Amino acid sequence: MERDKNFILGVYDDEDVLLSAVTEVRESGVKIHEVYSPFPVHGLDEVLGYKRSRLPIAAFLFGMLGTTLALIMQFYMMKWDWPMIIGGKDYASLPTFIPVTFEMTVLLAAFGMVGVFMISSNLKPWGQPRIFDIRITDDKHVMAIDLATNAGLGEENISDVLKSSGATEVNKKSFE
Amino acid sequence: MQVTSSVREPLITGGKTLKDVTHDISRQVEGKPTIGWLLGLLVSVGALVLGGIALGATLWEGIGMWGLNKTIGWAWDITNFVWWVGIGHAGTLISAVLLLFRQKWRMAINRAAEAMTIFAVICAAMFPIIHMGRPWVGAYWALPLPNTFGSLWVNFNSPLLWDVFAISTYFSVSLVFWYIGLIPDFATIRDRATGIRKSIYGALAFGWDGAAKTWSRYESVALILAGLATPLVLSVHTIVSFDFATSVIPGWHTTIFPPYFVAGAIFSGFAMVLTLMIITRKVFKLEDYITIGHIELMNIVIIITGSIVGIAYITEFFIAWYSGVEAEQYAFVNRAFGPYWWAYWSMMTCNVISPQLFWFKKIRTSIVLTFILSLVVNIGMWFERFVIIVTSLHRDFLPSSWAMFYPTWADIGVYLFTFGLFFTLFLLFAKFFPVINMAEVKSIVKSSSEKVNK
Repeated sequence: MERDKNFILGVYDDEDVLLSAVTEVRESGVKIHEVYSPFPVHGLDEVLGYKRSRLPIAAFLFGMLGTTLALIMQFYMMKWDWPMIIGGKDYASLPTFIPVTFEMTVLLAAFGMVGVFMISSNLKPWGQPRIFDIRITDDKHVMAIDLATNAGLGEENISDVLKSSGATEVNKKSFE
Repeated sequence: MQVTSSVREPLITGGKTLKDVTHDISRQVEGKPTIGWLLGLLVSVGALVLGGIALGATLWEGIGMWGLNKTIGWAWDITNFVWWVGIGHAGTLISAVLLLFRQKWRMAINRAAEAMTIFAVICAAMFPIIHMGRPWVGAYWALPLPNTFGSLWVNFNSPLLWDVFAISTYFSVSLVFWYIGLIPDFATIRDRATGIRKSIYGALAFGWDGAAKTWSRYESVALILAGLATPLVLSVHTIVSFDFATSVIPGWHTTIFPPYFVAGAIFSGFAMVLTLMIITRKVFKLEDYITIGHIELMNIVIIITGSIVGIAYITEFFIAWYSGVEAEQYAFVNRAFGPYWWAYWSMMTCNVISPQLFWFKKIRTSIVLTFILSLVVNIGMWFERFVIIVTSLHRDFLPSSWAMFYPTWADIGVYLFTFGLFFTLFLLFAKFFPVINMAEVKSIVKSSSEKVNK
């Protein structure tokens, strides 16, 4: 069977049932493809075994880039390219460069991180998501299980595991 | 498992389920516009057109259309600029600072407050640009771009330039923060819609799929953006206050300005949020999401920031006396008892005395009184900026050049234009965007709704 095409879906009504269900399903040896929710469920990434996002590191690096560019720009323009005495200050007066440096740090950190988030999560205006169940943006949590990666277990068994973990419905979904 | 104290007031009343949340908030996006909304839009666009005449006249004839003179070179324009920027502080404060403090009541109001922030900053940014006189020639001079003046650069020692960076950064980061929050809600509307609406909201939703991995990243992005936006929001009004504080004008040259301006900004911003939310909750029937509890909490923020502002006014007077500088002392006595006494005492009454009424629980939980007082605070904060700017300038160093400022119809018209712009944008937002963050509110339905606490 081909991967990423045929899924079995467990539908959950309650986020706390979902959290314990994820642990149960994983312990029973079923590999979860992904869980879809209408809102952020705290602790879901942990029980699914996802690593902590590295986006804060991206934000830090972009922030440092902003700081560096801002300082280079200001020293270049004020001290090197066209030095002028303003208010009797030194050409390169670091204290007065701080506000712009701070703003550019924040600007680049925010935009850089959001850009990385958009790319890593595949968010784009022309993006067409695969919708497993239309209700996942309304009131249901859906646990998707790829039949191909769990080929040894059999549909019946997976369905039983989902039901006993508290799923209110178990559905099948195939994508072309 | 989340545990909420049973003594805590529920944040969502009316026993709402997840489905109710989706329905109640998507409803006004999907339905036909109401008569009230159309009338509101008509008035706003009317103000936009009327004010646009004044704006056009100012751009055509020049800044001479305003009531400025050689003594008072800054008046209504900068007053309006600081006033709008101040209003623009509540949105990011609510969504960023309250997120860091884990205040869940922010969730019902952060979307609309952030929208308000963005629109207020647009209105604010118009004034310095118009004041350039010929913005089509001059606007880019404010940016550090290579140019034909031998590459004479912008002056990085000037607070006015810091302001360019602060306001543009604040605007763009707030916009991104707001939009990231909107993406999951656009996906909800996309999945309920059909036809052309589905494609429009689908494009706005950026292909959101609600995967746990995406939510996990989304949460980190929201947290880091909040961490970045918190010092940003404080820096913006600090830098606005530097426009005055780094000068040598008595009445402006005070080190208390940055914290005093930031407190004033939060004060006026919360007042504007209250004004808008009281109308929005009524018109869109969102009383179960924006409860009296929310209004009371915002009123408490108003008492605190209003008191800080009051202490700042008194401290300024004390320092003027204590410094022993005659010019400084005169500037403050002239403020309170000179020809602009009425502006000063309007400011004192509206900003210092009126918010103290919120100590009474009856008043801070009354919708009508809160609405009236929120307008009073906004008027008071406009007078504060007018007092600081005009009364400090109108009696300058040479008594022969002392003058008064009288606004012309163009001054008033340009101010009206920004009102039209602000309310037009807000009404369009309220109709076509979900006014409450559905995804965030859904995450607290289980822990903070009335049903759980019973």
